[in-house]
Amino acid sequence: MKSNMVKKVYNWLDERYDLTPLIEFARHKKVPVHEHTIWYYMGGVTLFLFLIQIFTGILLSMYYQPGPDSSYESLRFLLTKVRFGWLIRSIHSWSANLMIFFAFVHMFSTFFTRAYKKPRELTWVTGFILLSLSMAFGFSGYLLPWNELAFFATKVGTEIVGAVPVVGPIIMKVLRGGSDVTGATIYRFYAIHITLLPALFMLVLALHLVFVQKHGMSEPEHLANLPESRKKYIPFFPNFLLRDLILWLIVFDILVFLAVYYPWELGLKADPFAPAPAGIRPEWYFMFMFQTLKLLPGHILFIEGEVLGILIFMVGGLLWMLVPFWALKGRPDQRIQPMEFIGVVVLIYIGVMTILGYAL
Amino acid sequence: MELNRRKFTNMLIGGGLLGWLASVLYPLFTYLIPPRVEEQSLNSVKAGKVDDFPPNSGKIIKFGRKPVLLIRTETGDFRAFSATCTHLDCIVQYREDTKHIWCACHNGMFDLTGKNIAGPPPRPLMPYGVRVQKNEIIIEKPTNLG
Ligand code: HEM
Ligand code: FES
Repeated sequence: MKSNMVKKVYNWLDERYDLTPLIEFARHKKVPVHEHTIWYYMGGVTLFLFLIQIFTGILLSMYYQPGPDSSYESLRFLLTKVRFGWLIRSIHSWSANLMIFFAFVHMFSTFFTRAYKKPRELTWVTGFILLSLSMAFGFSGYLLPWNELAFFATKVGTEIVGAVPVVGPIIMKVLRGGSDVTGATIYRFYAIHITLLPALFMLVLALHLVFVQKHGMSEPEHLANLPESRKKYIPFFPNFLLRDLILWLIVFDILVFLAVYYPWELGLKADPFAPAPAGIRPEWYFMFMFQTLKLLPGHILFIEGEVLGILIFMVGGLLWMLVPFWALKGRPDQRIQPMEFIGVVVLIYIGVMTILGYAL
Repeated sequence: MELNRRKFTNMLIGGGLLGWLASVLYPLFTYLIPPRVEEQSLNSVKAGKVDDFPPNSGKIIKFGRKPVLLIRTETGDFRAFSATCTHLDCIVQYREDTKHIWCACHNGMFDLTGKNIAGPPPRPLMPYGVRVQKNEIIIEKPTNLG
C-alpha cells in the first residue's frame, strides 16, 4: 500500500523529469576504504553542524532584537524567560565553534592526503572560501549579544581591518556603520550574519558539494596505484550514508552535552563609556593571528609592525587558498615531502601561537 | 574595413556595458558608506564637583560621544585625556596602584602626561583641558584641535 504510493509518486516524477540518471549515479557512487577513510567524514560533520546553525539561528532570530538597548536585553529575556531559550542559544554558540573546528580538521585532512590535486583544485578553493565565510559568521555573531567582551573584541578586530593600507579605513567604516562601534555596527553585523553570509555560504556550499559528487572521493596516491582487485570500496548508499548518520548522532550528543553542562555565558552588558576589562580576546580561531600581531614590534624597517603582520596574513591566506596551483612535488624517495613539511609547519605555528595567546 | 567596424561596435558595446556597470555599482557602494552624523561641536562638559574626585583616582567622563579619562593625581591636580587607546581603540583606565594610565586590551601603559611608555600603543593620548570654576570641574576640548 505504502510502497505503492511511493512508486506512484516516483513514476509521476520520473515521467516528467527522468530520474534514472540520478538513481544510477547514487547506485554507483562508492567510497574507498583504507586506513585514512576516517577523514572522509569530516566534511559531513561540518555540514551537519552548519545545518544546526541554520536551524538554531532561525529560532534565535524569533526573539533576538538587534540594537544597543535591546540586543543584550532580548538575550537576557531569552535566557531567563523563554523555555529552553538558554539551550537553543547555547547550542548555537557551541555548534558555531565545533563547526569551525571541524572545518579546520577537514581542511588539514584534505591537505595532508593531497586531495586538492588535479582535478579537485576548485573543490579546495571553494572549501577555503567556506572556512573564511564561517570565520566571518563567527566574527559577526560574536558582537550580537552586545556584551563587554564582544564590544571590545569587535573594536579591536575592526580597527585591525582599518590598518590595512589604502582600502582599510573605508572598509572599517562600512563595517562599523560609522567611525565607532555603536548600535549602527550591531545592525550591520546582524544583517551580514543572518542574510548576506547564509546566502553566500549556501551558494559556495552547493558548488563545493557538486564538485565533490562529480569527482567522487579522492584516493591517497599509494592506493590509487594498486590494481583494482586489491582496492576495497563500500557503496555510498546506503552504507556510507548510514555511517555518516551515526557519526552525526554522536556529534549531536556531544554538542548537546556541552551546551547543557557548559552553557554559553552572556556576560556583562557593553558600556561604551567603561574601561576595557582585562582578558579581552578574540574567539580561539582568530587567536593565532591576533597573537602574532601582538608579538610583532611597533615598527619593522619602515612600516608599522601591525600592518606588516596583516599583509603577511593576507598573502599567506591567498597562497593557502591557491595551494593546488603551486603545490611542490617532492621526489618519491624523499622521506619528507615538501608539502607535508609546509603543512606541519603551518599547524605547529597555529598551535603554538594559539597556546601562547591563552598563556600570556 | 569589416573588422574595423566590428571592433568599433564591440568597443561601443563594451564601453556602454562598463558605464552601465559603474552606474549600478556606484549607488550601491555609496549606500554602504555611513553618512556623516552631525556632531555637535561640543567645547566643554561639566564633570562634577571637585570633592567627588578623591586624589589618586580616575573616571571616564562622556564628552559628547567620546570617552574622556579625568584623573585626579595624588597631589590633587586634575588632568584629562582622550580615553581611547591609540593602539586599537580600547578604553583606558587609571590604575591607582601603579599611578599610570593602563589599557587592559594589550597591556598598554601611559604616564600621567599621556605619553605612551610601555606596550603596543604607538602614540600618546590626546590631552583635554581641565578648568575648575567655583568648585566645578570643566573639561574642555583642546583648542589647538579646533
Ligand atoms: C553557519 C554558521 C554560523 C555561525 C558560525 C554562527 C555563529 C554565531 C555566534 C558565534 C553567535 C554569538 C553567540 C552568542 O554569543 O550568543 C551567533 C549569534 C546569533 N546567530 Fe549565528 N551563526 C551561524 C549561522 C546563523 C544563521 C544561519 C542564523 C539565522 C538565520 C543565525 C542567527 C543568529 C542570531 C539571531 C544570533 C544572536 C543571538 C545570540 O547571540 O545568542 N546564525 N551566531
Ligand atoms: S588597544 Fe590599548 S593596548 Fe591595544
